[in-house]
Amino acid sequence: MKTKKNILYGLYDDEQDLLRAIKESNERGLKIYDVYTPFPVHGLDPVLGLKESRLHIAGFIFGLTGALTAFLFMTWIYVRDWPNIFGGKPYWPVPAFIPITFELTVLFAGVGMTVAYFIVNGLRMKTHTEVLDPRITDDKFCIAYDITGGADHENQYERLLKETGASYVGTKEVSDL
Amino acid sequence: MSSHVSAIREPLVYGHKDYHQITEDLVAPTERTPSKSWVLAFIISVAVLAFGVYTVTYTIYWGIGTWNLNRTIGWGWDITNFVWWIGIGHAGTLISAILLLFRQRWRTGVNRAAEAMTIFAVMCAGLFPLIHVGRAWVVFFFFPYPNTRGPLWPNFVSPLLWDVFAISTYFTISVLFWYSGLVPDLATVRDRAKGLRKKMYSLFSFGWKGSAKNWQRFESLSLVLAGLATPLVLSVHTIVSFDFATSVIPGWHTTIFPPYFVAGAVFSGFAMVLTLMLIARKLLNLRDYITVSHIESMNKIILVTGTIVGVAYITELFIAWYSGYVYEQFAFLNRAKGIYYWSYVGMMFNNVVVPQLFWFKKIRTSVFWTFLLSIAVNIGMWFERFVIIPTSIARDYLPSSWSYYIPTWVEVGIFIGTMGLFFTLFLAFTRLAPVVAIAEVKSILKEYGDQYLPKKQENI
Repeated sequence: MKTKKNILYGLYDDEQDLLRAIKESNERGLKIYDVYTPFPVHGLDPVLGLKESRLHIAGFIFGLTGALTAFLFMTWIYVRDWPNIFGGKPYWPVPAFIPITFELTVLFAGVGMTVAYFIVNGLRMKTHTEVLDPRITDDKFCIAYDITGGADHENQYERLLKETGASYVGTKEVSDL
Repeated sequence: MSSHVSAIREPLVYGHKDYHQITEDLVAPTERTPSKSWVLAFIISVAVLAFGVYTVTYTIYWGIGTWNLNRTIGWGWDITNFVWWIGIGHAGTLISAILLLFRQRWRTGVNRAAEAMTIFAVMCAGLFPLIHVGRAWVVFFFFPYPNTRGPLWPNFVSPLLWDVFAISTYFTISVLFWYSGLVPDLATVRDRAKGLRKKMYSLFSFGWKGSAKNWQRFESLSLVLAGLATPLVLSVHTIVSFDFATSVIPGWHTTIFPPYFVAGAVFSGFAMVLTLMLIARKLLNLRDYITVSHIESMNKIILVTGTIVGVAYITELFIAWYSGYVYEQFAFLNRAKGIYYWSYVGMMFNNVVVPQLFWFKKIRTSVFWTFLLSIAVNIGMWFERFVIIPTSIARDYLPSSWSYYIPTWVEVGIFIGTMGLFFTLFLAFTRLAPVVAIAEVKSILKEYGDQYLPKKQENI
């Protein structure tokens, strides 16, 4: 059972207002819990100080695994397990291994990376999804602050959200966010 | 962003939409009760599909002796349909992946539906080799797994096995690409829904929240998948063409096949996307999102790839003559003047002559003409596959083994059945998920919404 969190959040109507509010919040030294948007907003990562995702490194490793799996498996079969001559070609016909090696590289990289993406993003099938506000997946841009245990800055948070033009400010108790 | 807007940039979203209106418009088709035309279309599709299921069952029960294949002509309608469907299944990934890498913004209006279409087309295609092997229940012999027959491994240097790997990889990656893009849009549907519907969409949207880190990873994933899918989509039809090109049959044995098949695949795929999108655009009221400039862009691609295909036909003829090889020369003369001359005429007219009409701006911006021409291209590409496959083997080296092939009702039934499968799945998709990528359209709104662009001057 996860501990419950108390979240104070503000909704903005426009992504430019959101970016301005985040910058203002950084200037005032207020720690943002998270930001939720209906679509990927460009310029969000640097202002939030998010590091570049390492997913593509995972993709590379999976792809390399796929390439080696395919190539070494076929090599083992053709050289050790069941050597065979097709049309007078050599036992180890490397150029003819290229298509399957390529396909398995793509397959492993794609499947591995997608599975990694679902895991690190915490995407799981569940019948109930706890959301801060249903309008976030529609047309609102949200900044959330963690005020569990009555954080000292609560008033400051609220003032910032209102001053920067949030069209709605609310609180919600959540257990899984 | 919007300070660098070109005066001639065409809007991609009309109707002065705001974010909320986009959600309303695109989720609406999944929320209202289906229209009468949808129900009618669905009933017809399911009926056709049922006939397809019957003919496939008939084939599996009695064996492929129910088809008119013979010793000379081992590949008929089955492989023709397989290659045709696979070709159609190329446009979706091309639109999503290659156009993403080239930053073509117009892809956002059509990519989701085109990807879905890809997946359904590959399913239709996959059916044919599956039943053509005769014993569909042992089709897993294709895969290299430890077995009690030696172990006996499949032939890894055969293009037919490469095809197994290429198509299963292509299908898997297309599904992943499509679904990972669909998750945020399903979350949008979820947050508007109530009751059981909310639970279902909660399950299928995998608890998507849309946090900054979620989106960052989302973009990283789509970029890498696009990078992987781009060479993949080119490899798939290349490998399909190897099925023919590595043989020693005149008419198949040509090095031009890989690029020519890929161009043909893009050509037929875009034609099918247009056929479907023009219907969907009308039925689902998506005129503001799938605009004339989308249609025109796709028509330009059809024009380019159609011309490549035309040049390839003529190159083949030239090389046959230039090679001085009598069998090759005969094979090509036989296509144009032999027993299947009508399919050659159908191919040349629909694939080479018809798309040239898209040079005229009036025609490529006309919905009516585009619809008509897209169907012609689909027919033409089917003929192309037919010309390549049975024509080449019906008249091979030995006149004593020459033969003629016409399909039986079973073969025709299976082909029509795959149409039923395709349209059933597509119609179901239009009801279950947004056919236009909601989040992606929102992300280009400020750059391409009509209210954000300067008024277009009429005389440009």
